[in-house]
Amino acid sequence: MNNGTTLAAERRRKTVMSVVLGVICVIYVLPVLTVVINSFKVNTFVKTDTFALPSGESWAGFSNFVKGMTFGNYPFVSSVLYSLLITVVSTALILLFTSMAAWYIARVNSKFCKLVYYLCVFSMVVPFQMVMFTLSKTADKLHLNTPWTIPVVYLGFGAGLAIFMFVGFVKSIPLEIEEAAAIDGCGPLRTYFSVVFPMLRPTMISVGILEIMWVWNDYLLPVLVLDINKYRTIPIHIQYLKGSYGTVDLGATMALILLSILPVIVFYLLCQKHIIKGVAAGAVKG
Amino acid sequence: MNRKRPSAGNTLRAPIRRWSWLFLGPVLAAFVIGFVWPFFQGIYLSFCKFRLIKDAHFTGLDNYKSALADPSFQHAFWYTALFAVVSLVLINVLAFTVAYLLTQGIRGSNLYRTVFFMPNLIGGIVLGYIWSMIFDGILSRFGTSILLESKYGFWGLIILMCWQQIGYMMIIYIAGLQAVPEDMLEAAKIDGASKWQTLWRVIIPNVMPSITICTFLSLTNGFKLFDQNLALTGGQPFLIQSGGSVVKTTEMLALNIYNTFYGSSTAAQGTAQAKAVLFFILVAGLGLIQLAFTRKREVQQ
Repeated sequence: MNNGTTLAAERRRKTVMSVVLGVICVIYVLPVLTVVINSFKVNTFVKTDTFALPSGESWAGFSNFVKGMTFGNYPFVSSVLYSLLITVVSTALILLFTSMAAWYIARVNSKFCKLVYYLCVFSMVVPFQMVMFTLSKTADKLHLNTPWTIPVVYLGFGAGLAIFMFVGFVKSIPLEIEEAAAIDGCGPLRTYFSVVFPMLRPTMISVGILEIMWVWNDYLLPVLVLDINKYRTIPIHIQYLKGSYGTVDLGATMALILLSILPVIVFYLLCQKHIIKGVAAGAVKG
Repeated sequence: MNRKRPSAGNTLRAPIRRWSWLFLGPVLAAFVIGFVWPFFQGIYLSFCKFRLIKDAHFTGLDNYKSALADPSFQHAFWYTALFAVVSLVLINVLAFTVAYLLTQGIRGSNLYRTVFFMPNLIGGIVLGYIWSMIFDGILSRFGTSILLESKYGFWGLIILMCWQQIGYMMIIYIAGLQAVPEDMLEAAKIDGASKWQTLWRVIIPNVMPSITICTFLSLTNGFKLFDQNLALTGGQPFLIQSGGSVVKTTEMLALNIYNTFYGSSTAAQGTAQAKAVLFFILVAGLGLIQLAFTRKREVQQ
């Protein structure tokens, strides 16, 4: 075998692989493109000409988007705002309090701390269906059933994974730094907020991304806890568009779906490195 | 680990403990509300008959008997198991292939990786509606719909899950593939191993940890699937059995539990909670087996 032919073969192999991946890539984008073209299409044509570009009488312009705003007897804007509120507050609560608790657990390491830690690890393998009924009743009783208070429920049910990840990281931080701070007269509060907290940054980003993705896309927890006549998040709103008769304006639905996935895709393209890293770090849960 | 290195000297530990109410308090309170209390109350209620929680009375194993005897639950179990296994094989084979191709130094690998991972960020409900439009767009040409035949619902959900999960598993496989020692690959090349031999004899044994993680992840994901199932078919088509009971042919376990809780009869809530406990045991069991597997491998290395 001489070098010239192997190089040529290698190049041909790479070209073939490139083409294969390119084709898969196009197939991957197609569903999203289908959403885009159908959001500009008149409802009746969505089902019959799903894969055709809107033109002539099937072109709906922006009417689907206008209609979508009040579609399903609920303002779309409200569901966006509630989704934002719940996601931001829940993530902030989880990041602040679970990192504090994780530091305490890792540093004090008493029997009680170990019990809490193992309960947290255990909670990661418990599917939501196991607790959904009793959890929604408990949340009702404690008035945690509004968008302003539901973050407490998220903090409770989401604590497991966050504590697990933070404890793992805190254990890798050398103790000497905190001891030096203590010797210099820092109390635990100052030690935590000005010494430990900044060091937790990489894990904060990973946990934050995981929690944002979970809370933003979550359907079952908010639908069971919130009063859906008053408060809907985006997934709840989309699920309830269908109405009780199973007929739905598909054009307007696709317009709303496009509006709800566009910010997510932009967010992803802006910080994909962190997102991929964060999601891979959370692979223990799934 | 604790023995090698005391967690914190007394200089540090005693002062921290004085602040336990602040550091541990909020999470503990929320954790009790959001997990511990509902979990144990759920176990208790699975042995009770109740309409309202406050007048629950103990009925022993009755709920479990009626849960296991429920034909819709049995159907959902086998349907879910089949779904989990089929999706497990397809997702992992495809994800590994894509990850392998992406680590061959092809131009544009970063772009491809970005695209393949993207569907992970879209929520299950939205995914379900996107794909139900696509499948109905295709099937309506043949005068049918995804809601009319259970085999369409099954394969539709498989395609949806592949589209969503391949990118995720791909990331884990890429990390595994990049950790294969360069000198081993070099040695295989010098010894004249073909690409195929290198793949099977060198690469795959080296990425076994990633394969274990991905296998169990896709298995538990398959078993726990809810949103996509609800949005794509919602269990349709329904089959009315000779006894009058309805089996929702594409209903998976999680959806079956949900429908038993919030379906037409509130009398079945005890049964639903028993189903939920069985479901928990199943999923947690899979998790424990996974843990045992990964631990064993870590010891070997």
